[in-house]
Amino acid sequence: MNKRVFFIAVSLLIFPVLFLTGCGGGSGLDTGDAAQKVYVKPGEHDEFYSFMSGGFSGQVSVYGIPSGRLFKVIPVFSQDPETGYGYSEETKAMLNTSHGFIPWDDAHHPSLSRKEAIADGRWLFINGNNTPRIARIDLKEFETAEIIEIPNSSGNHGSPFTTENSEYVVASTRFSVPVPNADVDISSYKENFKGTISFVKVNPESGRMNIEFQIVVPGIDYDLARPGKGPSHGWAFFTSYNTEQANSLLEVNASKNDKDYIAAVNWQKAEEYVKQGKAKEVPADYYHNYYDEKTGIAKSDVVKTVKVLDPKDCPGMIYYLPTQKSPHGVDTDPEGKYIIASGKLASEIAVHSFDKMLKAIENKAFDGDFGGIPVLKYDAINEAVVKDAGLGPLHTEFDDKGYAYTSAFISSEVVKWKLGEWKVVDRIPVYYSIGHLLVMGGDTKKPDGKYLLALNKITKDRYLPTGPMLTQSCQLIDISGDKMKLLLDFPTIGEPHYAQGIKADKLTKDFMKIYEISKNGNPYASKKIDDTKVTRNGNEVHVQMIATRSHFTPDNIEGIKVGDKVYFHITNLEQDWDIPHGFSIMGATNSELLIMPGQTLTLLWEPKQPGIFPFYCTDFCSALHQEMQGYARVSPAGSNVELRWWLDKDPKAPKVDTTKTEKK
Amino acid sequence: MTTTSRIIVAVASVLLLGTFIQPIWKIGIEAPQYPEGMGIYIWINQITGENPGDLNTLNELNHYIGMKRIEPDSIPELQYMPYIIIGLTILGLLFSLIGKTPLIYLMVGLVMILAVVGIVDFYLWEYDYGHNLDPNAAIKMPGMSFQPPLIGGKQLMNIYALSLPWVGTWLMTISIFMYVYAILLNRKKKRVAAA
Repeated sequence: MNKRVFFIAVSLLIFPVLFLTGCGGGSGLDTGDAAQKVYVKPGEHDEFYSFMSGGFSGQVSVYGIPSGRLFKVIPVFSQDPETGYGYSEETKAMLNTSHGFIPWDDAHHPSLSRKEAIADGRWLFINGNNTPRIARIDLKEFETAEIIEIPNSSGNHGSPFTTENSEYVVASTRFSVPVPNADVDISSYKENFKGTISFVKVNPESGRMNIEFQIVVPGIDYDLARPGKGPSHGWAFFTSYNTEQANSLLEVNASKNDKDYIAAVNWQKAEEYVKQGKAKEVPADYYHNYYDEKTGIAKSDVVKTVKVLDPKDCPGMIYYLPTQKSPHGVDTDPEGKYIIASGKLASEIAVHSFDKMLKAIENKAFDGDFGGIPVLKYDAINEAVVKDAGLGPLHTEFDDKGYAYTSAFISSEVVKWKLGEWKVVDRIPVYYSIGHLLVMGGDTKKPDGKYLLALNKITKDRYLPTGPMLTQSCQLIDISGDKMKLLLDFPTIGEPHYAQGIKADKLTKDFMKIYEISKNGNPYASKKIDDTKVTRNGNEVHVQMIATRSHFTPDNIEGIKVGDKVYFHITNLEQDWDIPHGFSIMGATNSELLIMPGQTLTLLWEPKQPGIFPFYCTDFCSALHQEMQGYARVSPAGSNVELRWWLDKDPKAPKVDTTKTEKK
Repeated sequence: MTTTSRIIVAVASVLLLGTFIQPIWKIGIEAPQYPEGMGIYIWINQITGENPGDLNTLNELNHYIGMKRIEPDSIPELQYMPYIIIGLTILGLLFSLIGKTPLIYLMVGLVMILAVVGIVDFYLWEYDYGHNLDPNAAIKMPGMSFQPPLIGGKQLMNIYALSLPWVGTWLMTISIFMYVYAILLNRKKKRVAAA
């Protein structure tokens, strides 16, 4: 290239660059600034973890904030052929319910365990909406540890929000149904349908959940929930809609009343009533799935009764707070003084005062009752109404400077307003149709502030198009200054209904790197080469196999017959962080296994025809990963091929001493 | 010998037992895939990993080049070394009771011989592991040995091995200095007494 032309070209390039950087802080050109704020250098770590619900994916995704990088999808309510979750013999039972094995659910609201109303990073709870369940994820392992079914419930939407010290996670039924469920006329809704609000106790040591008690409430739709904190600790609040008690065309028939209710439940009082024996132990049938401590294999307990409280017998336990038309979210501020609900069809935010509520109860400022539950006078409880709060306000979160942020679905924006002044001070458009929003720690006593995540349902033109089905998205908004600033868009898995954010160092201090092989209690584990074997019991064949870099022991198996149920019990004998091994065999109708170091997982394989079937490691474990393979020979049913297995030795030798092959 | 010298000899002898609670050598290992670090500690009676799974991991990695598995149970030195150390401690305590200076010279000699023999043994051990490789190994590097360094660092393929004496060895060294100090102190006292 001619030198002069080159210089001109370079100057032309430099000029706009200088111009742009010079104007960096200006209104239209703060993208450079935004890029700096979300840039996490390669090899460095994000400041926050965010756990997002996968919505209809049934899972939970783990993101880094502010980078918006996806780290992991934790399988929860849906089978995951990628890891074998819900397919392997060890994990299958996690998805058992009273309706049978269910491979999917709709996961909405993650909720971190907490101590003194601050997230402690031990567990993450999340609801299964469709077949009412709550799952507990262990945050040392980042794996689902337990799933409990909620009886007498239908559509576990208002769940599993965690009380101040993780005493309980709550669950309110979205759909009222007959309790116990029964074959009745749908039109007999008003007469036969009931709601339930459940309190699921969390063992403070193990995290193990149990349904401590349920409250049977009038049949309407219960929507969302939030326990109190600080002064309002001991109470929990549940929004509702359809106080019209319609059972068809709800969009019209459930939108008639000017006010619906927040159910305010004094759960400490409810505990007392339970202690006094006021709860009836009624028949139920629900599943409780967890890993056996010794074997590490998921098992299901079927629970046959549940304690139920009837508000009739328990005065002072529950009240209804009239609230703007069809409220959706209900949230309590960091100090626990206010109960904030958005009338999603009223375009305004109702702020009720917890203090005023207590006084109204004391003064019996009632406006009659609904289904036997006292309704408090609106004027006696309401502290303020935030006007001009966008159209379709849904959820509110809080920062560390006394501001609240409310998502508005219809007007696609986040509205910032001041607690105490009840005035909107800033608003920012989001793209598009925001549902929940999240401020880091914004549902706790000590919000971290700094970042807000907008969880959007519709993305249309925001990303490269992918046909009719588009990603949903998260938008990262900087809330550290007076004006909210959009920093980043990033796609999400499934539908991110709600999310939780926690400072990363709360989790990185103590997390699990491997499963200690010495603690592996799986009855089919092979902890050393001598443990590997193949045994037959009728038509069941159990293969106890070791996976280690870069071979399976044994890797040649003969004597399997068509009609056999072959269980491959694979132990990953590595004790090295981030060295998983995979296992897959041709024609397996379920999934692969992804086995972490020290873990034993089992795949059931039912060969349908004779032949030679290769199996191999699916996770690129080492330089000789491609060599990590083997063969299973399948003979016709009734044939008399001897059951034999080996690694590297004379095939006629029935047992293999592989230590020799390694040492030689 | 003076009482002070005897006490120093006794303490130095007991200090030898420190090799039971601290490793005598460390081979630290750096590799691109192990940002968290890895290493093995050599004790007088065992070999352990810096992290719980390290020995196992190292054996897994070593099998590609055909190196023998490091099996602490099959290394005889780890069986009899503890007895030698205990023996030396008892001998040292006995010598401090008897209180004759030539015996302390002997003690210094014994501990130093043990140290030298130990280091030579360690070198031979490393030589054996580094050179006697399985001819069927997956990875062969003609002409290359995988002998880890005795002291200092060395690049072995993707692994940088750094070998250093560890706390146990330093404790032993302190013991030797203490014996020598006891001898010198005793001499000085004698001279003062003579004068």
